[in-house]
Amino acid sequence: MGRITGELHDVAGDAGHRDHPPRMGFFTDTSVCIGCKACEVACKEWNMVPEDGLTFTGMSYDNTQGLGADTWRHVAFIEQRRPIGEQDPGLEYDGVDVLGLAGERADLRWLMASDVCKHCTHAACLDVCPTGSLFRTEFGTVVVQEDICNGCGYCVPACPYGVIDQREEDGRVWKCTLCYDRISDGQEPACAKACPTDSIQYGPLDELRERAAERVEQLHDAGVADARLYGHDPDDGVGGDGAFFLLLDEPETYGLPPDPFVTTRDLPSMWRHGAVAALTLVGGIAAAFAVGDRIGGRR
Amino acid sequence: MSEAQVTRAGERNQRPGREASPGEQGGRRRGGTRERSMVPRAEFGSYYGRPIIKEPTWSARDIAGYLFLGGLAGASSVMAAGAQLTGRPALARAGKVGGLTAIGLSTGLLIHDLGRPERFYNMLRVFKPTSPMSMGSWILAMYGPAAGLAAVTDVTGWFPRTGRAATGWAALTGPAVASYTAVLISDTAVPAWHGAYRELPFLFAGSATAAAGGLGLLAAPTGQTGPARAAAVLGAATELTVNAKMRRALGRTAEVYRSGRPARLSRVAQVLTVGGAVTAALAGRRHRAVAAASGLALLAGSACTRFAVFEAGRASAADPVYTVAAQRGAGGGRPGSDVP
Ligand code: SF4
Ligand code: SF4
Repeated sequence: MGRITGELHDVAGDAGHRDHPPRMGFFTDTSVCIGCKACEVACKEWNMVPEDGLTFTGMSYDNTQGLGADTWRHVAFIEQRRPIGEQDPGLEYDGVDVLGLAGERADLRWLMASDVCKHCTHAACLDVCPTGSLFRTEFGTVVVQEDICNGCGYCVPACPYGVIDQREEDGRVWKCTLCYDRISDGQEPACAKACPTDSIQYGPLDELRERAAERVEQLHDAGVADARLYGHDPDDGVGGDGAFFLLLDEPETYGLPPDPFVTTRDLPSMWRHGAVAALTLVGGIAAAFAVGDRIGGRR
Repeated sequence: MSEAQVTRAGERNQRPGREASPGEQGGRRRGGTRERSMVPRAEFGSYYGRPIIKEPTWSARDIAGYLFLGGLAGASSVMAAGAQLTGRPALARAGKVGGLTAIGLSTGLLIHDLGRPERFYNMLRVFKPTSPMSMGSWILAMYGPAAGLAAVTDVTGWFPRTGRAATGWAALTGPAVASYTAVLISDTAVPAWHGAYRELPFLFAGSATAAAGGLGLLAAPTGQTGPARAAAVLGAATELTVNAKMRRALGRTAEVYRSGRPARLSRVAQVLTVGGAVTAALAGRRHRAVAAASGLALLAGSACTRFAVFEAGRASAADPVYTVAAQRGAGGGRPGSDVP
């Protein structure tokens, strides 16, 4: 166990790996996502993730609803009455007002974003796991060892992104492995491989961060003022994500926490409070005996 | 990825692929983004109102029950040691037997709640300071056997020396059993728990003290329960004060205590705890039956307190607004920059 908070350059090294490959990750550029869900399907196929419910939600084209034990990639769909950058939807026709209402209904944008486990630099799930089932791989990713997990469920509410979850009939927890098997073999993860627009990009994290910085600048130049990176900052509450994003709106619009942090950061303070409380308990009961002698009760 | 067509005349319809600008196929509107509302939104956005973090998968009976019984066990062991030192054998026995029963039951609940109960021993294969559950397993491992020895030697009368040592050891480790559970639940992203990490250990300590007092009142003759009555009053007062403080610290997240199950449970908890403590203080000395009833009320009140905290955590996880508000600095719960 190394550092529990703050910037950390060599995550795998900090976890005890020597001569390890560079930290690998995802850059998910939601601005080019077309919502085809190829990533969801590829992930399920490759990782043999069971069916996650066939429900109709009414949430735009999203019937998967969110990440979970049986959903390791989740495509969010958000319909907004807002223009995209400086876009004009091109629904005005000379002379004739073909789509009578089109004028006022023109401003529509449809955001799509493929969510995934963030493979945090300081991963709360890993920190709190009492069995050592969750571990840091040589690629700097966070993976569950299913033969160790005893289904205590601690990692589930610990994750600040609501990623990892328990499979009920199985008892253990499951989440994205960043295709540990594939990347160990030099292949890219199934979702990135399947993504037809390169919205999901896989590679060494340093490279991805550079590319992302360029991309967001390019979008700003193109007038897409809302474009922003999410999870790219090694200085944020989780020390930066191994899987980070380019978003076109506030994180919470996509169901992401705006300023997540690893609660282990506060653990020293928590233990101090716990210890003082324990002493208070002893002191309180000692006082009760002191008082108890006076108010009677000795045989 | 690129849907360009390759024809005999060369490449056609080349698209920009990952360099595409959203909306560039449409025309350009001059003057920039029109819709940038300057009016601050009163509410935060969310993804169809879905929770951001996952609700704990723990069952209320198992884990809230564990929080209660762990507290009862830990505080009872301290009571038992005090009673032994001050010559109150019945009160001591109540604490020892109560401690063993409570820790036995609570360990059972804990194991029952695992998705793979047969693998519970995996917790004892690592020692991991960043995991309060790992540390808790070791605290339990240090406390449990001592609590057992203390109770068995007391009841059988065998090995009195060992019994005294075990009683002392259980009293030393018991308080950790009672308060570490607060650290356990605070070290999660659950707004009502993590946001109250400074108060929860004291709330639990107060609640455990009241419960141990209640157990003494229930099981020991009135002649020996002076300290139990005092503990009940002290514990209840602590619980009330810390509870109020916790709600202030939680800011907006404290809303979860004002409706639904958490509200009902914490109201019942308060009535039982205050009622039990007051009754014990006023009449617990003279009437055995009244003392026993107040003891029961205190025990039930302590249990309700833990269930209220548990349910409040669930409710705060289920509504994304609490996660966002706390992180946007509008919900109490100590946002972003609070590094100890
Ligand atoms: S996003 Fe959650 S599950 Fe993924 S590494 Fe971070 S804490 Fe763990
Ligand atoms: S459920 Fe499994 S992976 Fe999660 S904390 Fe418990 S043992 Fe670790």
